[in-house]
Amino acid sequence: MSTVTDDSVTTATQVYRVYIKATAEAIWQAITDPEWSQRYGYGGYVHYDLRPGGALTVNPSEEMRAASAAMGYEIPDVIIDGEVIEADPPHKLVTTWRMLMDAGTAAEGFTRITYEIKALDAGYCSLTLVHELDGAPVLAALVSGAQEEFGAGGGHPWVLSDLKSLLETGAGLAG
Amino acid sequence: MESDGELGSVFRALADPTRRFLLDLLFARDGRTLTELESELSMTRFGVMKHLKVLEEAGLVVARRSGREKLHFLNPVPIRMIHDRWIDKYTERHVTALLDLKNELEKPS
Repeated sequence: MSTVTDDSVTTATQVYRVYIKATAEAIWQAITDPEWSQRYGYGGYVHYDLRPGGALTVNPSEEMRAASAAMGYEIPDVIIDGEVIEADPPHKLVTTWRMLMDAGTAAEGFTRITYEIKALDAGYCSLTLVHELDGAPVLAALVSGAQEEFGAGGGHPWVLSDLKSLLETGAGLAG
Repeated sequence: MESDGELGSVFRALADPTRRFLLDLLFARDGRTLTELESELSMTRFGVMKHLKVLEEAGLVVARRSGREKLHFLNPVPIRMIHDRWIDKYTERHVTALLDLKNELEKPS
């Protein structure tokens, strides 16, 4: 998305942060447990083998399959894949990350996502998501939420806003 | 940091034109140093730092170290939260009503 306009180094990194009134353990579980991951954002069942070199796969929920079929598109059985680089529960999770739902993003290959969870005062935690998107402009547009009006969902900002809503009120926005 | 307080600090941060300009700069190109941002404004370094601090405290800007540099990133999540909590609620019905009206008017008679 960005271009070099001077001698500074441009970054294809996106950074998102949300403050959630929940324990670090609860946030970690919401990210890594399939029963939680299907309850907010795009849904889908995450499967993490939480050790360096372990696999990450995300399978679509029945709702996602039905919605895709209604649009005449057959969703693959694995919609996101990657490899765990670092897992330090409940503080830090680093994985590679490739989106397979779309030929354009699949061709861009692996990007890298880091989740950092920090406990703060008053029962709040900060959750920071860093997505390194070098060489992946199609995915960058998708996860930023820029394609929302074309039915691609609100990307990471929407997912994190929904995750906060789920953990703080017990109900997600996505419904 | 009760919920309304969270969004209250976002609205206060957005109330200032210099801070909105800083967010626009980061929207155009994310991950900038203080020096880069300062070069776009006719303001002292200290003034820019003060505005960035307000934006960081509101969660609209996240600063991260990259080597020796401190890079500033636009964090759109609080704006998304305002959208999800406030704007959706008031716009959805109107938009639907307008679309119904448009469909009704454009129906071949």
